[in-house]
Amino acid sequence: MSNIPSKLDFTVCFANVNGSGSASANTLFAKCIFRMGCAVGIKNIFPSNIQGLPTWFEVRVSPEGHLGRSGIYDIMVGMNINTLARDIESLTSGGYFLFDSSLFLDTQAKRSDIKYLGIPIKNLAAEVFPGVRQRILLQNLIYVGALFSLLNMPPEVLETELKKQFNNEKIYKNNLEAFYLGYNYGEKEFPAHSGFKVSTSDKFEGKILIDGNTALALGCIAAGATVAAWYPITPSTSMIDAFSKYAEKYRTTPEGGKKYAIVQAEDEISAIGIVLGAAWNGARSFTATSGPGLSLMTEFLGYAFYAEIPIVLFDIQRCSPSTGLPTRTQQSDILFAAYASHGDTKHILLFPKNPAECFDFAIQAFEAADRYQTPVIVMSDIDIGMNLTLSSPLKLPKDFHLDRGKVLDAKALEGIKNYGRYEDVDGDGIPYRTIPGTHPKLGAYTSRGSGHDKMARYTEDSFGYKENLDRVFKKIAGATSTLPKPETRLSKKANKEFGVIYLGSTAYSMDEVITVLDARGHYLNYCRICSFPFHQEIKEFILDHKQVFVVEQNALAQIAGMLTFELQINPSLLRSLLYYDGKPTTAQNIVNDILAQLT
Amino acid sequence: MKNARDKLSHPSLTQNKVGLVPKDYHGEMSTLCGGCGHDSISAAIASACYELSLEPHTIAKLSGIGCSSKTAAYFLKSAHALNSVHGRMPSVATGANLAARNMKYLGVSGDGDTCSIGLGQFIHGVRRGINMVYLCANNGIYGLTKGQFSATSSLGVTSKNGQTNPYVPIDPIILALEAGASFVARSFSGDKNQLVPLIKAAISHHGFAFIDIISPCVTFNNHASSDKSYGYVQDNQVYTASIQDYVESVPEIMAEQTPGRLTSVLLSNGEEIFLKAVSEDFDVYDKEKALQLMRSFSGKKEILTGLIYLEKHSHDMHQTLGTTLENLRDIDLSKLTLSELELKEINESFS
Ligand SMILES: Cc1ncc(C[n+]2csc(CCOP(=O)(O)OP(=O)(O)O)c2C)c(N)n1
Ligand code: SF4
Ligand SMILES: [Mg+2]
Repeated sequence: MSNIPSKLDFTVCFANVNGSGSASANTLFAKCIFRMGCAVGIKNIFPSNIQGLPTWFEVRVSPEGHLGRSGIYDIMVGMNINTLARDIESLTSGGYFLFDSSLFLDTQAKRSDIKYLGIPIKNLAAEVFPGVRQRILLQNLIYVGALFSLLNMPPEVLETELKKQFNNEKIYKNNLEAFYLGYNYGEKEFPAHSGFKVSTSDKFEGKILIDGNTALALGCIAAGATVAAWYPITPSTSMIDAFSKYAEKYRTTPEGGKKYAIVQAEDEISAIGIVLGAAWNGARSFTATSGPGLSLMTEFLGYAFYAEIPIVLFDIQRCSPSTGLPTRTQQSDILFAAYASHGDTKHILLFPKNPAECFDFAIQAFEAADRYQTPVIVMSDIDIGMNLTLSSPLKLPKDFHLDRGKVLDAKALEGIKNYGRYEDVDGDGIPYRTIPGTHPKLGAYTSRGSGHDKMARYTEDSFGYKENLDRVFKKIAGATSTLPKPETRLSKKANKEFGVIYLGSTAYSMDEVITVLDARGHYLNYCRICSFPFHQEIKEFILDHKQVFVVEQNALAQIAGMLTFELQINPSLLRSLLYYDGKPTTAQNIVNDILAQLT
Repeated sequence: MKNARDKLSHPSLTQNKVGLVPKDYHGEMSTLCGGCGHDSISAAIASACYELSLEPHTIAKLSGIGCSSKTAAYFLKSAHALNSVHGRMPSVATGANLAARNMKYLGVSGDGDTCSIGLGQFIHGVRRGINMVYLCANNGIYGLTKGQFSATSSLGVTSKNGQTNPYVPIDPIILALEAGASFVARSFSGDKNQLVPLIKAAISHHGFAFIDIISPCVTFNNHASSDKSYGYVQDNQVYTASIQDYVESVPEIMAEQTPGRLTSVLLSNGEEIFLKAVSEDFDVYDKEKALQLMRSFSGKKEILTGLIYLEKHSHDMHQTLGTTLENLRDIDLSKLTLSELELKEINESFS
């Protein structure tokens, strides 16, 4: 038995019932792995439901640091009687199926290529813990204990982690007791060597375990945002919750006054209206939403674009169309967000790939909004936003200095002869704005969505209208000069035949795809898009290759479509690889699909 | 009547306390139809601000879409304005106010803007208690889209082209009262003597001040069968109370109202208006009575105007939210951001 090599990269999948408190126990398990010095990527595949529906919590353990979904389940903790059959089915050959033997007998098991590990969780819990709710919660700790035993993990790691989590001595003790019920059972009954091993190293020292929504919220704090308005929608809610938590901590005066305001609006139209009003009146402000909310916000987005008001919007994309799968991930709002609103409207988009970049891009979003006086939409998704993941620590940008852009104060106004709100003074298309109340006599104007000229006067004059609109487009096009550039990875061995383009959360799996393809001798070049409007470098990248794969997590090939008409790319140069079943796509899927086309 | 200034009754060049003359409160040239009630509202706002000696740039003007909302540009030209989208002024006002609590906010809207497309925003704006003056220029139709019925058109009323309105109207006064507005009034754009003091009182009020102003549309709703025409309102206007005067002294009185007698009402900025109630029953501080009174007028020929309700201890959104007294927008970004040390602490909490 001992000469079986250990598998170091594996996935534990917890099949639970929603509302049973399992997510915190599962997270605890993942944190312990991280604490031991191994990378973990969590994918919580949860239902749009408060209690009762099935939920799967995947923990990828990867000494290589691969954070994408593996799609292969090596160990399944089958705690949901309703999905047992399918959970057993989804286990990989040679995997372990850990289950509650007080509910289910392994004689019912059909597969012979997997190992069944029964543990009488319910009975064990019932013997020790009297309260029903308490028992349900503590059952989760029992399977965590069993897993520790199976994977040969040191129980002290859990003790430390538990202590951090629970100040209450009694709760801590109960949790620990439950854990040991499982652990000791496993030590006695489970095989000595499971074949899986948590490999430890100092490679991940200094890294953190965080979700993208929290990182975005912290970015908003760092950027000096003071007004947040929103309407509850999964998966953006946790971002506002985090903003509220950290603002309370870091933005409260000694007297208890809040240096921020959070308004839960009556709907998303109102939420973005509030943000727009605050931005117009000089505060950095933002809203967070998801697809359905973005749909409602479009009229104001067009207004902000045309009246040139710097608002920031975070779109935590979910699986659509319509209500779709509200708790599953997708990159399917990109095309809509880029041109959201009627008429010739175009917005700046940022595409963070992980929590560290969420923090950075949130700051950059406010900077770009102020610099270009236009809406900036940060396109995250459920995968980045709601999953705890190994991440580099949050870092303030180099030479960190926040800049409100071209805002005139009273003194500056006095030095100007005839102020025109929409005049292109510097030739970059970016006009100078004034904040209400700046000067008793100078600089006031009416902001409007109806036709206006460079002096901000209402106009129906074709020339004045067009002249102003052309300037706005010039301004937006010029934004590429400061927006995050594409990240290209050119292989020295590549023959420039094939390139791959992707963005956002797809990077989790793409990092692994690159390793796998390189290892197999398929050297391709890679380009990750970080912002929209697209940089010219992306066009050059495409034209440099005979064929470019565009990997995206939507059905309509939105990025590929935008590349063709934004950069005048011949569509035949692009080949779309599309994933849109609501789960983060796996490296394996992408590798297979690329390999199928390489010949 | 092309310009708000034509309607002003202050031909003099008398300077007010901040050294400004009436002209300093004018706006751009109006593009509304000659005789449109909305122009009189602009003129009344200009007069009120002049008389209060407000510096125009301390006020932000906000509006939605409609002929009425266009007027934001037609008064106080040295104040910033935001002419937003249809029915959404209350949200923009909320945000603007959150950014700078120390400015004054004046919203102008129409009956379509307020009671049709913007009904939700209106109610929720009231609920939040935005410290602002919200004026609804109510002409009972959509002016800008050429005369369709609006949500305030009375049941059974006929339009200029002979159609009959089959729907029960919404009374924004009742909604405002129910939703918690702390200053509620109705007036008539043709009654400057009533309107100017009411606007002054509303501006001086701390909290959400709502005035529904019947404002005839001369082009689409001034015909004989309209109940929002000049002639109809002039003939049928009745008063909750007459506002005798508006004085800026600050007497420390909060007199209980005696029907029929002159009573002073102390506003939250310490200023005072005098009311003379017409009815024995009327008590400006009693919301229940106000509601009853308004309901008793629904479907009646008469239009009850004047100050309808005033909350004694009103408060606003910032008090609810607990925001600091400094304008949020004026806090320097370098004081708002995270320090390296704070970020280190945050990173450590995730490691
Ligand atoms: C979303 C949207 N729908 C429709 C319109 C067209 N529209 C412009 S003004 C208006 C009605 C305005 O009525 P009201 O608020 O009563 O203002 P009035 O013109 O009567 O003063 C409508 C429907 C619009 N501008 N925006
Ligand atoms: S259409 Fe009616 S509401 Fe509009 S400007 Fe003319 S008179 Fe006024
Ligand atoms: Mg109207």
